[in-house]
Amino acid sequence: MERLYPLLKAAAILLWSAFVVAPFLWALTTSFKTANGVTAGPTYIPFVDYEPSLAAWQGLFGSGGGSIDIASPFVSSTVVTLSASLVSLVLGTLAAYGLSRFSYKAGPVGNNDLTFFFVSQRIMPPVVLAIPFFLMLGWLGLLDTIAGLVIVYVALLLPISVWVMVDFFNSIPRELDETAMIDGCTPFETFWRVILPNSVPGLVVAGIFCIIFGWNDFFFAFTLTFTQTQLLPVAIVSLNSSVTPWWSLSASALISVAPLIVIAFLVERYLDKGSIGGRK
Amino acid sequence: MYGLTRYKLFFLLPGLLVLLAIILFPLIFTIRVSFSGWDAVRPGLDWIGGVNYGRLLADGRFWQSLSRLGLMAVSAVAIEYVLGFGLALLVWRQIRFRRLVRVLFLIPMMTTPVVMAVIWRTVFHESLGPANDLVTLFGFAPIPWLTNAQWATFVVILVDVWQWTPFMFLLLLAGLLSLPREPLLAAAIDGAGPIRAFWNVTFPAMAPISVGAIIIRLIEASKIMETVYVITSGGPGTSTETSSYYIFIRGLRDFQIGYAAALSITYLVIMIVLLTIIAKLLTKTLIKAEA
Repeated sequence: MERLYPLLKAAAILLWSAFVVAPFLWALTTSFKTANGVTAGPTYIPFVDYEPSLAAWQGLFGSGGGSIDIASPFVSSTVVTLSASLVSLVLGTLAAYGLSRFSYKAGPVGNNDLTFFFVSQRIMPPVVLAIPFFLMLGWLGLLDTIAGLVIVYVALLLPISVWVMVDFFNSIPRELDETAMIDGCTPFETFWRVILPNSVPGLVVAGIFCIIFGWNDFFFAFTLTFTQTQLLPVAIVSLNSSVTPWWSLSASALISVAPLIVIAFLVERYLDKGSIGGRK
Repeated sequence: MYGLTRYKLFFLLPGLLVLLAIILFPLIFTIRVSFSGWDAVRPGLDWIGGVNYGRLLADGRFWQSLSRLGLMAVSAVAIEYVLGFGLALLVWRQIRFRRLVRVLFLIPMMTTPVVMAVIWRTVFHESLGPANDLVTLFGFAPIPWLTNAQWATFVVILVDVWQWTPFMFLLLLAGLLSLPREPLLAAAIDGAGPIRAFWNVTFPAMAPISVGAIIIRLIEASKIMETVYVITSGGPGTSTETSSYYIFIRGLRDFQIGYAAALSITYLVIMIVLLTIIAKLLTKTLIKAEA
């Protein structure tokens, strides 16, 4: 038993890793196939099972026949994600600092209720908001625009940045603020010169979460844009509908998740330092 | 004192106002729309009273989508919790390639759900996908993954498990890493085996974080629709149609805006009530057991 345990453990870890990696490997091998390679049934190893081709990858970068424009959705996705993350990080950090350091009172509503109000917005199913968003962006003339999506994404990401930053500010000792105040800083100067420079880890974590959730949204991009503006997930799913070119589909899917895999490495580093998972 | 008030408002107000404008106003607007007959033929905010809500009570497709959603969400989250806990226990202590293994375990939750769903759909293609290749390798008949109601449900749950077990893993691992060592040492000195030590010491200590992780996941799982849209489009028939997906069809496909608004509000209220009850029950059973 004592000897068997490490073996079982390694087997379990390997099995789960294989499950995690399987769809990526499948997509990778498919991306090097041609129409013939796909319709011949499932094959896995290039050169042995099928003749690999770079056609799908070349198509993505605008050369060769049947090319698919993945560059402009990629740029749109990046612009929307980064602007919405930045706006919600700024608003969220300000609100979180206020909620962490001052006490608010409006009738029966106190700090905890306010914090809960921010965070609880994550409970809202997107579909509930989709109809009013659709109508309101229509009235504002912002349907199918980058600006419209940024507004909507700010609402999605703000709860996340407030949640992370309230937790983070609560872990910074108040003495730091008090010392700065005694030295004659106004509350804003205290925040800007003393607290913010000490908050980089929290800001990074909040920023990463905002980027992940912004980049991964499909539903709002799908319901609020049509032809002028196209984000990456929508572009990829639309490849899915017609006669499915699995090879381009796989290649573009891999490109769209690549930035996130880089982020996974970042997250792991922070996990090691123990700044994810809230209070310690 | 007046100066301080100004600063307090300066910090809180921008975020609060933005959230109120972007979320609360639409929600109130939806409530109003749910009492109107707004549809593609006659768009506009008329008042038809509770007609939409009456129609909804008799709408079997909506109630079926809710119970189906309940089944999918609860089974997916239960599996994710057990697997995530198991994996966290596996890599808790020092193991070889620890960092690589951890990154690998985190990756699925970072990736775009719909994009992965597109890939999963090719994996489960009946004749061209590797899933049936594997099944026939073991000598079984090919499985109608996406054309049979039970198997399609299974695929949707499996994809959710692939994507979100890492989330459970992340939170539970963070919990395990922050556990104090002493109680476990004491248990070992008392001669408790690893299994007894787990049930009597580790598991109760992990109860609060477990409840938190399960609730967060249930909230997210109760919104399932994107992956369903890509993998099965709610099919075969309506057998994998979740509530969100049904509301989406009614509202933004059929343009029965008023009716979809009534469905949305009902769905939201049911979700909040059920999740609150579940949260209370979980807190009671898991955390009370500790005392």
